[in-house]
Amino acid sequence: MKHFTFAFVLFMLGVSILGCAAPVSQPTAAPSVCTLRLATTTSTYDSGLLDAILPDFEKKFNCHVDVVAVGTGQALEIGSKGDADVVLVHARAGEDKFVKDGFAQERFDVMYNDFVLVGPKEDPAQVKRAQSAQQAFKLIADSGAPFASRGDKSGTNSKELSIWASAGITPTKGMKWYNALGQGMGETLLASNEGKFYALTDRGTWLSMTAKLPNLEIVFGGNTIDENPDKHLHNPYGVMAVNPDKFSGINAAMAKNFVQWILSPATQERIGAYGKDKFGQALFYANAAK
Amino acid sequence: MDDITRGLAQALELILSGDAALFEIVLLSLQVTGAALALAMLAGIPLGAALGLGRMRAQGLVTIFLYTGMGLPPVVVGLFVYLMLSRSGPFGSLAWLFTPSAMIVAQVIIAFPVVAGLTMTAVQAVDPQLRLQARALGATRIQEMWTVLQEARIGVVAATVAAFGAIISEVGAVMLVGGNIEGKTRVLTTAIVLNTRTGDFALALALGMILLTLTFLINGAMLQLQRVRDG
Amino acid sequence: MGESIFQLRAIVKQYDARTVLHLDALDILQGEILALVGPSGAGKSTLLRLLNFLEAPTSGQLVYRGVNTARENIPLALRREITTVFQRPVLLNANVRANVAFGLQLRGASANGVVGKLLTRVGLQNFAHASARKLSGGEMQRVALARALAIEPRVLLLDEPTANLDPYNISLIEEIVRAQNRERATTVVLVTHNIFQAKRLAHRVGLLLNGQLVELRDTAQFFQSPQDPRTAAFVRGEMVY
Repeated sequence: MKHFTFAFVLFMLGVSILGCAAPVSQPTAAPSVCTLRLATTTSTYDSGLLDAILPDFEKKFNCHVDVVAVGTGQALEIGSKGDADVVLVHARAGEDKFVKDGFAQERFDVMYNDFVLVGPKEDPAQVKRAQSAQQAFKLIADSGAPFASRGDKSGTNSKELSIWASAGITPTKGMKWYNALGQGMGETLLASNEGKFYALTDRGTWLSMTAKLPNLEIVFGGNTIDENPDKHLHNPYGVMAVNPDKFSGINAAMAKNFVQWILSPATQERIGAYGKDKFGQALFYANAAK
Repeated sequence: MDDITRGLAQALELILSGDAALFEIVLLSLQVTGAALALAMLAGIPLGAALGLGRMRAQGLVTIFLYTGMGLPPVVVGLFVYLMLSRSGPFGSLAWLFTPSAMIVAQVIIAFPVVAGLTMTAVQAVDPQLRLQARALGATRIQEMWTVLQEARIGVVAATVAAFGAIISEVGAVMLVGGNIEGKTRVLTTAIVLNTRTGDFALALALGMILLTLTFLINGAMLQLQRVRDG
Repeated sequence: MGESIFQLRAIVKQYDARTVLHLDALDILQGEILALVGPSGAGKSTLLRLLNFLEAPTSGQLVYRGVNTARENIPLALRREITTVFQRPVLLNANVRANVAFGLQLRGASANGVVGKLLTRVGLQNFAHASARKLSGGEMQRVALARALAIEPRVLLLDEPTANLDPYNISLIEEIVRAQNRERATTVVLVTHNIFQAKRLAHRVGLLLNGQLVELRDTAQFFQSPQDPRTAAFVRGEMVY
């Protein structure tokens, strides 16, 4: 019994000490270390773009960037609660509202990538003959071929919904061919591969996952961003420094540096080059105003 | 099938190569969960014991709260903690959001009802005569409680193991309040989600296996405590 | 034997409105073996719980070694001079050794040497490392007795300690109790159903009936010339309610 007591207390002590080490080891606890918190979408992070370009910023400004990669909606929400210093997202309407509500003073174009429509190689809806995204969607709806939607209010999801709207179609639960998954891009593509669904995806995720999606191919959108016949499928990313007047604790000076840095010609060039070695084509097109 | 074998191979390779990033993730997982578990035990075991011994007012109400807490979805806990710790929330000035501290807070809230609730059940199962006997042998109130707790130790360890399992494998809350920031708040579960999202299944699976192995070892160690007796 | 170690005056114990014990006066003498006999529900076990300070009387005076325990908080040291062996031995889920050492452990005292000697005394010297939960009923009760003796109590309270045991274990336990009283002058209060056990062990015997003390006399007189007709009936083996 005594030994049990002893061992138990020792165990508790052990975890406590281990636990106490956790807050100590976090750099944010030390005010001398500069941190900039960036709330962004999963696509910029998961594609590897940020890992490729951020070290340059961190070195130049001696400031560590904490990347919180979440859905676009959540990233904007984090920014509007003052829990991030900079926001880098792709949801034009949401971004404009963010500025209008005073959470940021200004939004800047950073880059764009594009969306493509992928589907089963057999292409049952014969989408390949379409001239525009709007027409492609119409063909899917007319044929009743199954379609997978992210259904998660992400940037991709809102783009998809806007295309349906332009085609005069309102997807509802009653439509048997329409599947709102409520999942991330990767999961949606995997489900589409299994179920032979059509799906709208950003090109970056498609390129990084092609090997795992043998049943799918691009049915509309071209093989590279240049070949995409429909400019409506362009997906612009904007950067915004969170308004420091609204919250206390915002690293405003560094946020400003970040915006200037990501818009600078040198960073823009790096963004434009990213992906060429790995995929043989760029994943993003830099388009900051010169 | 291919992914599974590659996952196994990659798991072994990661462990054997002593991958620094992996080590960091594993360490943080253990630190966060360890601290949360210790805090949950510190508060939950005495409360569970007090409830089990019937020394609390509003016993029924507290018990209902505990059982409800045990069924609380971790994401809801995460959301609640997020709103509390947000800069626009009541505890924003702590600047804990997106730090391990926030993750510990969330995990404590998840683990606490499990520890307290199961400890209560374990203590209730102890022969009520034992308390009388302990007191008759000269135990103080605290010694009496401690004696009952020790008799309930198998249940208390089970409570701890259950709480540990619930939080080491939890992802929704820590993702939300930790942010899965590389080198800062990335733990095994959030790393698994990240690698699944990016299609790196083998690595995700490798991390999953490491998590499983770790849980297995720690549970083994905790269960060993049940056997310890003096000679 | 001589001075009172316990003095009880006008002791009343009630549960809700029900009076289970009502003693006008009872003195327990230092160094005696006092047996309390009587049918179930007579208040015998309640009295032992009061004597061990496990419960407080509803009213009345309970004086232990000059301290009026009804009025003052009983000092821990005083409380620790008394212990009880219950009818059903409640042992810890640990080995025999740890169980015997339990009372000493509560006092922060060393169990070295003591436990071995006591186990020999109760005939369990080979069971030190056995799990207490795997013993027979008689063995368990002997462990409980050794556990009580380990703390060298000034007062040993026995609540039907041999009620469910076989004759071998009964005589073993009675002999240990007798020796403890003789050699260490331990005051013993024995509650029993069994009037023959009272006769074998006690210096004085008291009959409790419906919470009241009917008669208390030296053992020989109690059995040979009881004063109260109810005592006489009880001694003759007629059940008294």
